[in-house]
Amino acid sequence: MYVYNDFDENFVRNRVAQFRGQVERRIDGSLTEDEFKPLRLMNGLYLQLHAYMLRVAVPYGTLNSAQMDKLAYIADKWDKGYGHFTTRQNIQYNWPELRDVPDMLSALADVGMHAIQTSGNTIRNVTADHFAGAAADEIEDPRPTAELLRQWSTDHPEFQFLPRKFKIAVTGAEADRAVTRAHDIGLRMVRNDAGEAGYEVIIGGGLGRTPMVGKVLRAFLPRADLLPYCEAIVSVYNLLGRRDNKYKARIKITVHENGLEKIQELVEQRFAHISPAFAGVDQTMLTGIEKSFAAPTYVQKSTDGFEAARLANPAFRSWSDTNLSAHKADGYAIVSISIKKHGATPGDATSDQMRVMAELARQYGHDELRISHEQNVILPHVHKSDLPAVYAALRAADLATANIGLISDIIACPGMDYCALATARSIPVAQDIATRFDALKLEHEVGPLKIKISGCINACGHHHVGHIGILGLDRAGVENYQITLGGDGTETTAIGERAGPGFGADDIVPAVERLVLGYLDLRNDADETFLQAYRRLGAAPFIAILYPEKAAKNAA
Amino acid sequence: MARAFTPKVVTANALLEGDAIWFTQNGTWTRDIAEAELITDEAHGDLRLIEAQADQAMVAGVYLADAKAGPNGPEPVHFRETFRTRGPSNYAHGKQEA
Repeated sequence: MYVYNDFDENFVRNRVAQFRGQVERRIDGSLTEDEFKPLRLMNGLYLQLHAYMLRVAVPYGTLNSAQMDKLAYIADKWDKGYGHFTTRQNIQYNWPELRDVPDMLSALADVGMHAIQTSGNTIRNVTADHFAGAAADEIEDPRPTAELLRQWSTDHPEFQFLPRKFKIAVTGAEADRAVTRAHDIGLRMVRNDAGEAGYEVIIGGGLGRTPMVGKVLRAFLPRADLLPYCEAIVSVYNLLGRRDNKYKARIKITVHENGLEKIQELVEQRFAHISPAFAGVDQTMLTGIEKSFAAPTYVQKSTDGFEAARLANPAFRSWSDTNLSAHKADGYAIVSISIKKHGATPGDATSDQMRVMAELARQYGHDELRISHEQNVILPHVHKSDLPAVYAALRAADLATANIGLISDIIACPGMDYCALATARSIPVAQDIATRFDALKLEHEVGPLKIKISGCINACGHHHVGHIGILGLDRAGVENYQITLGGDGTETTAIGERAGPGFGADDIVPAVERLVLGYLDLRNDADETFLQAYRRLGAAPFIAILYPEKAAKNAA
Repeated sequence: MARAFTPKVVTANALLEGDAIWFTQNGTWTRDIAEAELITDEAHGDLRLIEAQADQAMVAGVYLADAKAGPNGPEPVHFRETFRTRGPSNYAHGKQEA
């Protein structure tokens, strides 16, 4: 893992000291709220419905056990004993008091973490495949690239006041687990015909009120050109992006309005102009960074214990069927710890649970943890012989839910239970859907199905790319939920289509149940997933299931 | 004809704790909406908003929210404002905790 050097350490410490002064000046009345607000947002501090919220970056989702322990400590000392993992690999604390925030940031700095650029019109936390460095299908570890981008983008003087926020995601695998096509810049690590390493550069993707699938700006960018090329993109966007209307300010609109060709031309011009100035310094830095991400020293031992435990314990077998993924090293597995117990808040972990996960990473996981954009926690490197012990410890901590990739593994934004921008609640809908399908005992039979819920049009819950997406709106002072169908956030990205009129809060769970039970009747066989069936049949039969009265009227 | 004025309360978040608070007739802040001043006149509402905003050392994010008269005092109209009087629905945190 990357460890802060003196420069990083000083920078973060200085920022904490600056912010401490700003908070003091706000409290003693020398700063008005209008003056203070941009300063607190630069440091990840929001003001929400019931309290402040501190958003802490987990760079490219990677944590070690000491960092996870510190997150637990912060939750206990200055919050209410839990944290909320988000769809951008951040953690949010929902109850800090203003006076305590500088101390929280100081505690984070102790373990090389911060909340800088987790808000505002800047380049945000760079996200990556949560299986980075571990996945069997990986071409290259995306984390050194993500760390290089983090260093370049943090406090970049040209990019502190962009037209709007700017999000970058990186993946180094065939399967896209980082939703790269729904980011301002998505980077896929690829190799060209000559076998040289480089990037496919995708721009202008995004969800929100105008969802768009990103477009390929460069099919192959040589590896050494990454930083000057990204700088050229953001630089062009900084000048060309609209500042007159915040709903048209993201780069997806800039690309849409100007056309990909024009953007390409401007980026190439800018790239030609600035790239000589980089002079290879960035590549020297990258080489240094790569050393921090060397693969762990894998051990060789028998996996007989794992197989025996699978035979002996059906609950362990079920969990290992759903929550494990293929690892690149022999005898190893990637463990996804579900933070989606049926009926619980998606993405919330208590401080005790954080400490258990940290301890498991220390004892069995080469000291590594990951946060996924799907709001789960990953132990990327666990030897299979240790899985029975890991499972037992998870079970004791109420963390052994066997539902990864299933209906109850729902992404949900905080919605109107916390967020000041929300138009409706998301969390209770997620809780009720998970509870209902747990009672039906159907989710394993239904198989892979991604439900994603957003509490407003800004789409933090990624509803556009849910197989079933749910968008909470305010319709004449009442919560109302719109369903979209057929979305996909992987390498075959698709934006879901709106099914029809929305459902009231009491009707949304029955509507989802109808839809899922209806799919079971429509599918060819148990191997055809919801998304495959939707792609084969189109929206019509699913819409007929959702709106039976309308379907009956049409048939009459 | 001008549209009838919907009664309002002045509300904000407390500067230090960040929780929802309401402006009273005496120009103080309360954590119970029932103790807030129910404003029934638009011009008076504008004036009270300015006075509340002047209290920068205490509060952040001052605005006027629709409200109605209830048996014990003002009550929220919109569900968002109702949530602000009690807290989130997933945990008994916030005002409902007390």
